[in-house]
Amino acid sequence: MANRTIVPFGPQHPVLPEPVHLDLVLEDEKVVEAIPKIGYVHRGLEKLVEKRDFNDYVYVIERTCGICSFMHGMGYVEAMERIFDTEIPDRAKYLRTIWAEMSRIHSHLLWLGLLADAFGFEALFYQCWRMREHVLDMFEESTGGRVIFSVNKIGGVMKDMPTEMLAGFVNNFNEMEKELKKLTDVFLSDYTVESRLRGVGLLTKDEAIELGAVGPMMRASGIEIDTRTLGYAAYSDLDVNIITSNECDCYARCEVRIKEIFQSIDLIRQAVAKIPQGELSVAIKGNPNGEAFARMEQPRGEAIYYCRANGSKFLERTRVRTPTFTNLTPMIHTLKGAEFADVPLLILTIDPCISCTER
Amino acid sequence: MAVIMKFTKFALKNLFSKPVTKNYPMQPREYPERTRGSVQINIDDCLFCGMCAKRCPSGAITVDRAERTWSIDRMGCVQCENCVNTCPKKCLHTDVMYTEPGYDKKTDTFRGAPPPPKPAMDPEKLAALKAAAAAKKAAAAKAAQTKE
Repeated sequence: MANRTIVPFGPQHPVLPEPVHLDLVLEDEKVVEAIPKIGYVHRGLEKLVEKRDFNDYVYVIERTCGICSFMHGMGYVEAMERIFDTEIPDRAKYLRTIWAEMSRIHSHLLWLGLLADAFGFEALFYQCWRMREHVLDMFEESTGGRVIFSVNKIGGVMKDMPTEMLAGFVNNFNEMEKELKKLTDVFLSDYTVESRLRGVGLLTKDEAIELGAVGPMMRASGIEIDTRTLGYAAYSDLDVNIITSNECDCYARCEVRIKEIFQSIDLIRQAVAKIPQGELSVAIKGNPNGEAFARMEQPRGEAIYYCRANGSKFLERTRVRTPTFTNLTPMIHTLKGAEFADVPLLILTIDPCISCTER
Repeated sequence: MAVIMKFTKFALKNLFSKPVTKNYPMQPREYPERTRGSVQINIDDCLFCGMCAKRCPSGAITVDRAERTWSIDRMGCVQCENCVNTCPKKCLHTDVMYTEPGYDKKTDTFRGAPPPPKPAMDPEKLAALKAAAAAKKAAAAKAAQTKE
C-alpha cells in the first residue's frame, strides 16, 4: 500500500468561487477519501426572520446568494402567498418566470466560464463572461440592480417590464443564442475540452438517487426530474422539456447545463409571447398564520422554502434547503477514486454555492 | 485537426476587433433609468414620520422628529428601495449614481426647515373652550358625588 498523505484544499483556492474546505486523503495521486468542512460564510440569515417584518424579510432572504438571488426571493414569497392563500395576478407570474429564467441563463454562463477556467481555458472563460454581462445589463435595465433585484413582494412584483423592453430582451437573447451556438461547439466537441471532461467523475443513476443529487447533477445521470414541471409561477402554461443525459460524467453535466441555457431562452420567448396585461400585485391584509412549503428549480437544482407563522408580524421559522447542500454528498462520492488533478473540476461540476448552503 | 482548432475563429476575431469593455473613465458609464444607486430625499416635503427608518432592513436610516433631521448611513444602505416605496409623502427617490467610495463610513444628515409657528387662537374662542372644559369637569365631579 502506498503512503497516505492529507492535502488541505481550500477555503482559498484559485478554482473555488466560494469557501469550502476539503481534507483530501491521497494515495500517490489518487484521492481515497475527502472530508468536507463548511462554516466560513455563515451569516445567520434564517434567524433574522424573528426580528424583521415578514414583508421586509424578502430583502434579507434574497441576499442569501448573489447568483440565484431572484429565486430565493421568489421561493420565500411563494411560500408566504400559500400561507395567505392568495392567487397573484397572471402578469406577475409571467414576469417572475422571465426573471427566473434570466437568472438561470446568467448562472449557467457563469458556471461555464468557471469550468473553462478550471481546465485552464482562459480565453473561453472570458467569452462566457462577456455574454453573461449582457444578461446582467438586462437585469439592471428591468429591475434596477445587477445582482440583487428587490422586485419580489408578497402578492406580486414591484416593477413592470413594458412591451418594448420585453421585445428588446427577446432580440438580445436571439443574438446571444447565435453566439452561444458557436461556443457550444467548443465546449462539446473540442478535443482538449473533451479530454478533460469525458469519463471524469462518474455518478450512476442509482448512486444519484441514493445520494440525493438534484438539478443538472441529477439530470446528467439520466433522471428525469425538473421541479418546473410542477407548474409553479407561469410554468404550467409553458412547454418545459426536461433535459437529461445518460453519460453520467463531467461532460454530461456540461452538456445538460449548456442545453438548459437554450431551453431558458426558448422559455423566455414563450413567456413574452403569452404574457397577459393586467395588475402587478394584490394587496395582502393582516398577519400570516400557519405554515407552508414552496419548491422551485434553481439553476443548481431543487430548492425548498419553508415558512411558519404565528399570527404576528414576525415569522417563527424560515428554512431554505438549498441544492448545493444535497449535492455535496454526491460530490464527495465522485471525489473518491479520482485523480488529484481532477479535484477542482469535480468540485465545480456540482456548481457549488457555499453561501447558499450556509446562509 | 479541425476538432482541435474550434476556438481559433474566436481567437483571431478577438485579435482584430475592438475591445468589448468600455474605456472607463474616459468614456463614462451610462446607467439605465431604473438603476438603484443611492437614496435621495426632498427634505422640504418630509413629515419626519419615521416610516422609512422603521421599514429599513439594514437600519441605515435615522429620523429625529424633535430635531427635524433625516440621516442615512451611506455604507449601511443596501439600495432595496423599501423606504422609497413606504414613504407616505413620496419625498424619497433613488438616484442612478452610487455613493462614492471613501476612507470613512459616511452618514449624510438632512435638516428640515423649522415647523411654521402655530397661529395664535382667537381670545373669544379660547375663553369659550376654557368655559366648556370647566363645565365638563364640574359635571364629572357632580356625577361622581351622586354615585357615592
